[in-house]
Amino acid sequence: MSTPIRVENLTKHFGDFEAVREVTFTAEAGKITALLGPSGSGKSTVLRMIAGLETPTAGRIWMEGEETTDKSVQERRVGFVFQHYALFRHMTVAQNVTFGLAVRKMPRTEQRKRAEELLELVQLGPFRDRYPEQLSGGQRQRVALARALAPRPRVLLLDEPFGALDARVRQELRRWLDDLHRELGVTSLLVTHDQDEALELANRVVVMHEGRAEQIGTPDEIYNEPATAFVAGFVGSSSVLHGHVVDGHVQMGPHRVPGADHLEEGVAARAFVRPHDVRLSTAENGESVRAIVERVSGLGWLSRVVLRLPDGQVLMAELPVEEVSHLKLGDEVLVDLRKSKAFMAPQTEETASELEAGEERRAR
Amino acid sequence: MSVAVERVRSDDLKRRNRRRRLAHGGILALCLTYVAALLALPLVGIAWTALKPGWRTVTSTYAMADVQHAFYLTAIITVMTVVVTTLFGVVVAWVLVRQRFLGRGLLNALVDTPFALSPITVGLACVLLFGRGGWFEPFFAARGIQIMFALPSMVLVTVFICIPFVIREVQPVLEEIGTQEEDAARTLGASVTQSFLRVTLPNIRWGLLYGIALSTARSMGEIGAVLLVSGLIQGKTETATLLIFRWVEERQLAGAYVVALTLAMVSILIILAIEWLKRKRVREDA
Repeated sequence: MSTPIRVENLTKHFGDFEAVREVTFTAEAGKITALLGPSGSGKSTVLRMIAGLETPTAGRIWMEGEETTDKSVQERRVGFVFQHYALFRHMTVAQNVTFGLAVRKMPRTEQRKRAEELLELVQLGPFRDRYPEQLSGGQRQRVALARALAPRPRVLLLDEPFGALDARVRQELRRWLDDLHRELGVTSLLVTHDQDEALELANRVVVMHEGRAEQIGTPDEIYNEPATAFVAGFVGSSSVLHGHVVDGHVQMGPHRVPGADHLEEGVAARAFVRPHDVRLSTAENGESVRAIVERVSGLGWLSRVVLRLPDGQVLMAELPVEEVSHLKLGDEVLVDLRKSKAFMAPQTEETASELEAGEERRAR
Repeated sequence: MSVAVERVRSDDLKRRNRRRRLAHGGILALCLTYVAALLALPLVGIAWTALKPGWRTVTSTYAMADVQHAFYLTAIITVMTVVVTTLFGVVVAWVLVRQRFLGRGLLNALVDTPFALSPITVGLACVLLFGRGGWFEPFFAARGIQIMFALPSMVLVTVFICIPFVIREVQPVLEEIGTQEEDAARTLGASVTQSFLRVTLPNIRWGLLYGIALSTARSMGEIGAVLLVSGLIQGKTETATLLIFRWVEERQLAGAYVVALTLAMVSILIILAIEWLKRKRVREDA
């Protein structure tokens, strides 16, 4: 079983800029841990510090129970996969894979054997004599992965490994990496800005924002019990409804959303409503809200419905096609928000930018 | 109506095309004349004059002790210069691209000084530093080391003049390849030296060779600075270019042309080598 990584109070300053602030987490042995966050959140810097490619301003790093904070890159024995592959362009695929073995003076015959093994694993055997520029992006990243795994690293560090690939190859490689990881069980740390990637691949997710770890938990916890407004807005798409706390609900004019029990009565608050938690109800009850259908767009088996609430706020819903096939623009419907999970956050100056980050991401 | 418009347009187009072809032809002719008159003609002239008296003149010139020594000295200075400028050139280029420090812009600008200064100024500066009454003269004189009117000063000024070539060729290549491959090499267990030799060097090799070729050609042809610091001691500090210089003054033109032609031939070979390297580089990038 390979070994966990632990970082404690990891901090990095670039001049006056605090790229990483006191980040602490543990990556479990044999599992994939994801560092999820928007660009500029410091996640790549954390990864580069663990690899030894950046020197931390403060904090400590352990691998296999051994402190590696002051160890050289070589001594750490990490496998690193870069977003833009970083293959040695003047070497063939096979030479790329054996590089880490050659610099460690492994005998030639063993080098060749190991390279064959790995090229088999990444299904690139027939390409061993090609140069990187003769390969597609997906193939290059597979070579990079084989190269990183060849010296049997203690941990595998993946820095946006699918970031430079187009959507379909990305999906394919993601599934493929999942299988590979199940087979090898190497402790992995995956940096990504793509929440689907993090939620699908990782056992644990560290959500990063402005250099801090906002929340650490299982994908389920991150998605269903976001600890901060940023996490609620960044992970999973949601509509943001502004209101005030009344009786454990966020009240917005005539309608309200539950889930504000932990907030003080009367304060301004926001509710994050997942589009798939919105239901249309047939009968009027105490909690249902009247809304106007503004737009219906198909997403294949789902339809996205844009609803206008009585107080003018916009609510996004994702519903099965057959449930909304009868809807026309301008129709009035009853919306049941009781099943929605509302995540509350006091409305402060600071959270305004977090909200924007979430909205920006949704727009993409 | 529309047919007429079409015809007018097509006539217009034809006329414009003809004009464009004429303009292109004109520019091409101008370029060819310019290059032929300024570059090819002198070369042909030298070759013609050197070879006209017959092959005997060529062999007898090569047989002279002064000539052999001059070529020998030029070769020594060139080799030493190329070694020094290559080693330091790569280091300086690497520092300029990879390090961020106060005064980086200044260093970067300083690298070009040899392009801006006349070689004679460089020679004069060397005299100021190492000549009689110069700043460093007492230090070396006390240790019995001859700097002026000897090989050290001649190499020194040639190195100074050739500093920019390797740096300016390697710098953009280093800039372009970035640090990712070096980072990858380090994470795979390579030491800094291994990463440089196995990853960085192969990546900059064409730029480096190009810089070395330019450096070689330039140090072979250098005369201004060397003239001032050599002391013009016949058979001792006389390089090939200085020999030509002396023979022209002494009206020994036949020999001067042969030496000049030899230098020109070597330079042309180097230029051809550069062209070949450039093409190879383009092919590899494609």
